[in-house]
Amino acid sequence: MTWEPVIGIEVHVELMTASKMFCGCEVAHGGQPNTRVCPTCLGLPGALPVTNRAAIESIMSIGLALGCQISPRSVFHRKNYFYADLPKNYQISQFDVPVCHDGYLDIEVDGAARRVGIERAHMEEDTGKSIHIGLGGRIHAAERTLLDFNRSGVPLVEVVSRPDLRSAVEARAYAQELRSVIAELGVSDVRLEEGSIRFDANVSVRPEGSEQLGTKVEVKNMNSFRSLERAVGHEVERQTALLESGGSVVQETRHWDEESGVTHSMRVKEGSSDYRYFTEPDLVPLVMSPEWVAGLGARLPEMPAERRARYLSQGLAPSTAGVLSGLDPGLRAVYDDAVLSGASPQAAANWLTGEVVAWLRRSEADGPLTGLDGPNLAELIEMVDDGAVSSSAAKELLAGIMSGEGGPREIAERRDLLQVSDVGQLDGVIDSVLAENPDAVGEFRSGEEKVVGFLVGQIMKATGGKADPRLVNQLLREKMTG
Amino acid sequence: MAAGLADAGRLLRSGEITATALLEEALGTASRTEAQLHAFLTIDSEGAREAAAQADADFADGVDFGPLHGIPVALKDNLCTRGLETTAGSQILAGYVPPYDATVVERLRHGGAVIVGKTNLDEFAMGSSTENSAYGPTYNPWDLSRVPGGSSGGSAAVVAAGSALLGLGSDTGGSIRQPASLCGVVGMKPTYGTVSRYGLIAFASSLDQIGPFTRTVEDSAIALSTIWGHDPLDSTSYAGKYPDPVAGLERGVDGLKVGIVTELSGEGFEPGVEAATGDMLGRLEKAGVQLVEVSLPTFEIALSAYYLIAPAEASSNLARFDGIRYGLRVEGPTTEELMARTRAEGFGPEVTRRILLGTYSLSAGYYDAFYGQAQRVRAAIQEDFARAYDLVDVLVSPTSPTVAFEAGARTSDPLAMYLSDICNIPANMAGHPAMTVPIGLDDSGLPIGFQVMAPPLGEQIMYQVAAEVERQAAFVIAPTAVQVAR
Repeated sequence: MTWEPVIGIEVHVELMTASKMFCGCEVAHGGQPNTRVCPTCLGLPGALPVTNRAAIESIMSIGLALGCQISPRSVFHRKNYFYADLPKNYQISQFDVPVCHDGYLDIEVDGAARRVGIERAHMEEDTGKSIHIGLGGRIHAAERTLLDFNRSGVPLVEVVSRPDLRSAVEARAYAQELRSVIAELGVSDVRLEEGSIRFDANVSVRPEGSEQLGTKVEVKNMNSFRSLERAVGHEVERQTALLESGGSVVQETRHWDEESGVTHSMRVKEGSSDYRYFTEPDLVPLVMSPEWVAGLGARLPEMPAERRARYLSQGLAPSTAGVLSGLDPGLRAVYDDAVLSGASPQAAANWLTGEVVAWLRRSEADGPLTGLDGPNLAELIEMVDDGAVSSSAAKELLAGIMSGEGGPREIAERRDLLQVSDVGQLDGVIDSVLAENPDAVGEFRSGEEKVVGFLVGQIMKATGGKADPRLVNQLLREKMTG
Repeated sequence: MAAGLADAGRLLRSGEITATALLEEALGTASRTEAQLHAFLTIDSEGAREAAAQADADFADGVDFGPLHGIPVALKDNLCTRGLETTAGSQILAGYVPPYDATVVERLRHGGAVIVGKTNLDEFAMGSSTENSAYGPTYNPWDLSRVPGGSSGGSAAVVAAGSALLGLGSDTGGSIRQPASLCGVVGMKPTYGTVSRYGLIAFASSLDQIGPFTRTVEDSAIALSTIWGHDPLDSTSYAGKYPDPVAGLERGVDGLKVGIVTELSGEGFEPGVEAATGDMLGRLEKAGVQLVEVSLPTFEIALSAYYLIAPAEASSNLARFDGIRYGLRVEGPTTEELMARTRAEGFGPEVTRRILLGTYSLSAGYYDAFYGQAQRVRAAIQEDFARAYDLVDVLVSPTSPTVAFEAGARTSDPLAMYLSDICNIPANMAGHPAMTVPIGLDDSGLPIGFQVMAPPLGEQIMYQVAAEVERQAAFVIAPTAVQVAR
């Protein structure tokens, strides 16, 4: 029997708002534990939540970017469960009326486009962090647990996909695309290693062609795209093997172990957990007016998929379009400006994704590009095309531009890098080289191609390396044939 | 002693008394009566003396922060006070000192009020007799064998005895009005959302509302003017225009339509209560009101619905008391066990009962039949009220079906205890204002309260009627069981 994997992904995104979801404490990473806390995010008696408007705008933008419907009215619910790093022992979350619902995200796998449904995106608050001390840091063996509530109350958006993904590779592509959409919106720093974006996968398998869903397993603890792909792949294999051997899948949560490359059972769910959801009485319903939604929609930046499509329409190769689209906004702006200044899109993209990125990596420059802009990149490309500089000289020019030494022509002149492309000037040099090598013409005429290379070399030598080799080659052949 | 806070304010400003003298009188009364009443959990003599001295200095400098400046105030111990122990009457918060002031406390401090101390209450405001306090019961100043009502029994007893001229309480299902009635003082629950709940240790968030205990109706209106108003820290806080509660006090009631709630009479209501209520209705009619019998059938089921909604919210609100961050901690081998032991030891039986009740009614499979159904009843109560207020300006009833009952009489019968608030709960369920005014004593010399209810933000007309009730009753607050005057 052939088994078909059915995968859905739940993504938690910490928003990068100035303050927390329901209080005025700062949102930041690092720092001393329990320094960004107040009565509200510590769950002190009597403290009350107040909704952060910026967080609601962020989730609305995420929803709009994912083609979601924005609920005109949405409510917060309390999700009740006891946990030491959950200060109120309930999480303010959303239940049946999320801010966003019914959207989609287009992904591309092996050149094929896939549309993945988004069930919902809802708003909630993050928990604090438990730090288990002693005996390997595992919860069950820990000697003591320390609690840091700096993260408590940080705005969290949960995006739940429909079970539309059919392979580990698709799961990874979805997660990467979603991350790039959120990065584009600038609402989160989407740093996997900091946990500002976290992925859980719901995995099941079913006989190919079946409409029924198999028993699903929730897989947690993937901290990179690679581990997401590996974990999902492993889980699909595990379930398939289990079913093939006549066993059955247990509905449970499994923990991905990066080192051993397998998932371990964390807890078996008996039916669904009872979180005793009820409307949060300390908050009033959110009302999202059509004007508010429209205003945010109008301010949405270009999404990565739209951008790739635009690049393709400009004639870029698909691989270049993908890489360029992933570059930072400053570099992409240079591309757009260079094209506007008349540069060929592919050439501009090649420079940016190749030499420019390499130079930046070498120089470990994080800051703004000092000298590079669209017009001077376009000029550099034009100089190469016209044979005014050699390709190796062009690389040197680029480094000069990026170091802030000026425009390409200016640097080329200063460093004497311009090639001799004047036919009249070259004629004389070629004639004298041919006069010095009388046998060469004869050899060429008798079919000795090698001699051309020798002659070009002599001419380049005579011009101090400044002749345009292509032009020399062409003129030489004309003279010897003629 | 000053007749009330308005009277004291006049004396302070005319220089006839000082804030310090007023406070010493209050502290003196407290020291004479506390052994009998046990109305306070904490008396902050030192802080109060500083505040009173400051008020005197302010008056000397011509600085006047308004009607509560220099007035001795007592706060129910579920209102957070920075630097002053706040227990909510529970063992689980023994020794807990909040790092911040509740918004009402802040408003009182800005108004120059002198905070005398924190008053006793049923644990987490759950009860109708102040017998559920982990720190022992409070007794009624009119008869020490009887309860003061609850849950804000401490504030009611303190104001009746004169250890403060203003008490603050919280009213989730009658917790201000019922004890005010049983102690013979004025008690008022404002429209939901008009007094900030920030810093009130929550019982049932959608029902809780802070309000004043005073010796006169005018005092009540004045106190309300200071404590209410929009608070950005409470999302349920009303942000619109507030009525002036004082404006109608001298207006009289001629031409007003007063609705008598049919359902709040008859079985379960003591003859003495019914007689006094009937007598007051006759007086009001003579004063010019038009009496209208109004039936609000949902009042019959309000209590049942209340006992699904309030415990449900409480079960979640009280989850934070887990021994992890503050308050009592009972160690255990695991975190779960630590939490379970802390809660088992820290919560009293009534609180435990309501947490269990609430947890059950929110559980999957029961939610719709219990919590969901109760919310539908709540909506129906609001509709009932709306229909009634199409016909009348205010609704009236007894505040409590009985006068103060014997201590211990209802402690073993939760349902009998719950019925104490039958007249009060509908206003909480609808979020409407309601208040009680003492109108007389029954044959055994115990106070009887008269309840006035009004539509949302109808505080002005409610006080207008309450002021007339007060004039008609000419009730004298003179608790007979404690020595209140030197």
